[in-house]
Amino acid sequence: MPDESPSITADQVQHLANLARIALTPAEIEHLAVELGSIVESVRKVTEVATPDVPATSHPIPLTNIFRADVVGDTLTNEQALSGAPEAFDGRFRVSAILGEEQ
Amino acid sequence: MTDLTRLPAADLADLLTRREVSSVEATRASLDRIAAAEGDLHAFLHVAGDAALKRASEIDQLRADGHDLGPLAGVPVAIKDVLCTKDMPSTAGSRILEGWVPPYDATVVARLRSAGLVPLGKTNMDEFAMGSSTEHSAYGPTHNPWDLDRIPGGSGGGSAAAVAAFEAPFALGSDTGGSIRQPAAVTGTVGMKPTYGGVSRYGAIALASSLDQVGPVSRTVLDSALLHDVIGGHDPHDSTSLEDVWPSFADAARAGASNLALSGLRVGVVRELHGEGFQAGVRQRFDEALALLAAAGAEIVEVSAPHFEYAIAAYYLILPAEASSNLAKYDSVRFGLRVTPEGGGTVEQVMSATREAGFGPEVKRRIILGTYALSAGYYDAYYGSAQKVRTLIQRDFDAAFSQVDVLVTPSAPTTAFKLGDKIDDPLAMYLNDITTIPANLAGIPGMGLPIGLAPEDGLPVGIQLMAPAREDARLYKVGATLEALLHDTWGHPLLDLLPADFGRSRAGATGHASPAHLVPPPGPGTEPDGGTA
Repeated sequence: MPDESPSITADQVQHLANLARIALTPAEIEHLAVELGSIVESVRKVTEVATPDVPATSHPIPLTNIFRADVVGDTLTNEQALSGAPEAFDGRFRVSAILGEEQ
Repeated sequence: MTDLTRLPAADLADLLTRREVSSVEATRASLDRIAAAEGDLHAFLHVAGDAALKRASEIDQLRADGHDLGPLAGVPVAIKDVLCTKDMPSTAGSRILEGWVPPYDATVVARLRSAGLVPLGKTNMDEFAMGSSTEHSAYGPTHNPWDLDRIPGGSGGGSAAAVAAFEAPFALGSDTGGSIRQPAAVTGTVGMKPTYGGVSRYGAIALASSLDQVGPVSRTVLDSALLHDVIGGHDPHDSTSLEDVWPSFADAARAGASNLALSGLRVGVVRELHGEGFQAGVRQRFDEALALLAAAGAEIVEVSAPHFEYAIAAYYLILPAEASSNLAKYDSVRFGLRVTPEGGGTVEQVMSATREAGFGPEVKRRIILGTYALSAGYYDAYYGSAQKVRTLIQRDFDAAFSQVDVLVTPSAPTTAFKLGDKIDDPLAMYLNDITTIPANLAGIPGMGLPIGLAPEDGLPVGIQLMAPAREDARLYKVGATLEALLHDTWGHPLLDLLPADFGRSRAGATGHASPAHLVPPPGPGTEPDGGTA
């Protein structure tokens, strides 16, 4: 990657938008392709110093996995859990069809 | 009678404890100030007037009944809208959460409440804390009380402006790359980003989980310390919360303010964050602050942090990557906005239409960037490399802290810039965080405090103090000493110079544009940059 031009095409942005589930407009896609190109050009400088001998840091303060006791803790009631739902039915979240007609 | 809104929280708390002032009086004073100033500032997204007065009256009753309340009971506080509050909307500045009232309180909010603090409302911020100016709030920007044409910093510009303009004695903020410290710098206030894991993030709407920290925003170092004492400490609801037992930060601040001798303290100036690229007045005030520290006995040493120049690049890979994952939860199913495409659609189509309508341009930009950085084929080169840079920056800090006790930099490269100046240039906006980002990448604590006004524009300048992880108390001690030295020099706190007209007369004198046209009416399609909606 570091040797290639990081320029980003509109098709790539469309693909990323599909992955990210954002229905971008054609104008947004075009705009973002230009912006992302320049941002990626700038941030790719991390590759200059990220040599194989340097370990990665994912978490600033090392911690091991934390488990709590296997007892019932604070939980939301069904009503509380549904309180912010755009649509609920019969104590459950309601969504539209999972599959489209052609699927 | 004293204007209660001008008092530091610590002084107000003393009056409340002695029952010389009631919480209802203090809360009403804040609410009146908010009513008078909000038309200019727009620091709040929600003001909970009735609930605040009711709670204040309960506190007064408890105190009258002889209950032993905490030292801050009855003091009003503002809360950044990134924190969940079960009695107030919590939108994180986003359309996608407009009107959402969470079913639970963030731990820090619950701790405020049980300490008897009185929530005044929720403060404005860049959408999901993505920004350095509050211009990315879906509900319109906050204006800097020093000059209404200028940014109050971001993402926590609402909390900083509210505190600087005496709408609240102090506030909660969150800091992922400088969102507490940079607003503090440009508004003349104090802000503290605690050690990563020092303050619970349960109920803090997540941006980038390996970077986010909640912390206090105030007008004095002691007030931040008092608030930090209330919100800090282990929380079993947050698996990244440290189990350390923390010392009293208020005691540390009081110790620092009572003994102004700094002999034995080694202060490191980061060579890479000093000089070129910094506004002349910022450099001047910074150098004067160093001279003040030296005169008090501190040893000033220059240290090098050669990898800091890679910090912004690493940050703008790690943050978008984590944000793209964290923001996947806004799926139109469990909470927030739902937009159904014309003629209906599958869950996936509804989700995509919702996120298109509900997210602003900066959020879309970062989600797409993060999705790109995590894509197969790019992951190692970008995200993997960024994580290695993180290690290199931690090593730079380790080397520096082997030579010095605290590190200092200017809090921000410039004073507050004009609203609209950088909104069309994301890279220029990102560069603004060059001084603050390294502390987030390394997880160490950082404090910002005011050190004067830049001679060329009369706007506040801040200094940042950093200490090794878990040494938050050191920052409160040294910060309180520096603050006291500065107050002795000036004869008053910096915010005594805040213009009563929020800089309006000054703006007229220099022919600045009126702020009105810089404020786009909020709503889909009118995002501030006008470019991507």
